[in-house]
Amino acid sequence: MKHLPLGPNHLHGRSGTTVTAEGPPDSAFLSVRDLRIHFATDDGLVRAVDGLSFRLDRGRTLGIVGESGSGKSVTSLGIMGLHRSARARVSGEVWLDGEELVAADPERVRQLRGRKMAMIFQDPLTAMHPFYSVGQQIMEAYRVHHPDAHRKEARARAVEMLTRVGIPQPDRRVDDYPHQFSGGMRQRAMIAMALVNDPDLLIADEPTTALDVTVQAQILDLIRDLQRETGSAVVIITHDLGVVAEIADDILVMYAGRCMENGPAEDVFTHPQHPYTWGLLASMPRINRERKERLLPIEGNPPSLIRVPPGCPFHPRCRYAQLTDGRSETEVPSLVPTDSPGHSVACHLTPEERRRIFTEEIAPGL
Amino acid sequence: MTAYIVRRVIAAIILLIVVTMITFAIFFLVPRLAGETSTQLAAQYVGRDPSPDALAAVQKNLGFDQPLYQQWWEFAHGIVAGRTFRYGPDASVCHVPCFGYSFKSHLPVWPEITSRLPVTISLAAGAAVIWVITGVAIGVLSALKRGSVFDRFSMGLALAGVSLPIFFTALLSLALFSYKWPVFPNLQYVPITQNPVLWAKNLVLPWITLAFLYSALYARLTRAGMLETMSEDYIRTARAKGLPERQVVIRHGLRSALTPIITIFGLDLGLLLGGAVLTETAFSLPGVGQYAVEAITDNDLPKIMAVTTLAAFFIVVANLVVDVLYVAVDPRVRYR
Repeated sequence: MKHLPLGPNHLHGRSGTTVTAEGPPDSAFLSVRDLRIHFATDDGLVRAVDGLSFRLDRGRTLGIVGESGSGKSVTSLGIMGLHRSARARVSGEVWLDGEELVAADPERVRQLRGRKMAMIFQDPLTAMHPFYSVGQQIMEAYRVHHPDAHRKEARARAVEMLTRVGIPQPDRRVDDYPHQFSGGMRQRAMIAMALVNDPDLLIADEPTTALDVTVQAQILDLIRDLQRETGSAVVIITHDLGVVAEIADDILVMYAGRCMENGPAEDVFTHPQHPYTWGLLASMPRINRERKERLLPIEGNPPSLIRVPPGCPFHPRCRYAQLTDGRSETEVPSLVPTDSPGHSVACHLTPEERRRIFTEEIAPGL
Repeated sequence: MTAYIVRRVIAAIILLIVVTMITFAIFFLVPRLAGETSTQLAAQYVGRDPSPDALAAVQKNLGFDQPLYQQWWEFAHGIVAGRTFRYGPDASVCHVPCFGYSFKSHLPVWPEITSRLPVTISLAAGAAVIWVITGVAIGVLSALKRGSVFDRFSMGLALAGVSLPIFFTALLSLALFSYKWPVFPNLQYVPITQNPVLWAKNLVLPWITLAFLYSALYARLTRAGMLETMSEDYIRTARAKGLPERQVVIRHGLRSALTPIITIFGLDLGLLLGGAVLTETAFSLPGVGQYAVEAITDNDLPKIMAVTTLAAFFIVVANLVVDVLYVAVDPRVRYR
């Protein structure tokens, strides 16, 4: 994807992500503390998210990365309060603009959904109702939070939103059905629908995964432009480090429902601290690489979330686990700050070991 | 749109023609293939120990002496343009749509059927209202409360409804509510024009009996459809918009789940309008279904032809209406 290091606009070093496990709500716009989302299944308890904490300020973009099944999407649905099944157990705290959501009245969370926090999904074809026109669906999103708005007003708003997301002839396309839109157009329409009530938080769950590469870049540009316009906070969930490199201010690397590494994007890309992050970076194609070089996959598979390995969940796949004198097999590493501000990591390796391994073994291969 | 409908109507007419040909072949051709002569056929419609003269006259009057294709042609022609029958010096004009005269009673068939149609329509329409409302409501609630006591109970009841034959539930309801506890005594069909209250009251048991079977089917279908649509991505989107759950269920979930049910409803209603044979027989309702049973037991060919053609007509029309409606319901469907 994109050549690293990142463009100059990513270089402001301020971090929006400091982890505080306890204490009163801090000033962060979005603050997730010790979030746990477990599902009771016939096979056992699935610990999809297990003690995740992060924070995010207005105007910032957080990229949550990780392999499939690392709990990224579950986290985003958890923030939105969309785990309704009786089998889902959500605990911990989600503070949005000074309001806690996990223990809040579901009706209150519903009122916030779509107005204060909005979400776009991976596949815009299945995420839109096939029987309603794009305009009707945007109008519905507007009118549910503006009950006094007339049809005409809502329609004008829908057309305005379609214009803002760059759909040509919006006053005509507003009456089209989702299947009459192309994939990229549909995702634009989804974004229009999500942003119709000017939410302060936008969660994008794999927003470009189902799209062509050329369209991917357009959609990311659009999200970034709209964010600059509105100053909202954005969470982008992706397995694609290229997307994160393109758009995120901060990065959170998830593995087995936990945070492995968290920090400013620039810092995480140039000084990654966690062996899992190293693996992700090494497995990523890069344009300035020699064509002959092979991408390095991370050995093994993500663990079952029912039987998460004891200790560090990554230790069975970690090439450096033996350096920890067995601690990685028994002790869960806590997320601790590193030397650079706002950058923290959950790893048993000492900072010296990490620095040495990274400079000697990892960095030359990247 | 208009072109589409015209095309579909033409196709429907062709289909009806084919249906009458096939029915005609079954009842007129098959006996001959089995070796019956036209004299033997005619003998069914003459009294005991007929004289050869009488037999010959009947043969000629009923047209058994003509080739089969000509008999069919006159039948089809009669429906579209009417027909004149000559019995010796007498001639009787049978008006459009002419389905001929009953071989047994010598009464014209069409007026008999039209006098019975209101009964069948009353039965089918009333039952349809009941089963659509109860079936869909139970199906939706069962799906939303999947695994609950309500779900288990109503699905158990639905299984009973689907499995128990109409003649059993009909007789059971008659035994209980007409004889043991005479809530609805002296069930007898009363035209709605004569006494609407009595019309409805005397139809309650047949309606419920017929609706029980169909409610059960529709509850199961709706439940399955709702379980499927409520797990669709667009339902998650609807919730993410902040829609109240009721709107999510009705506007987004039910809207999709009902689409296939509309199709089945059209066909079921069409089928019933052609005669709810078991229900009408069990409750002694003088409808088209009962007429069909009479026609078959008497081997009264014009009546059989008329009943079959009418039933086919209703099904074809229902199909047509459903197909046109479907385009209105699902914007992805195009006219072809």
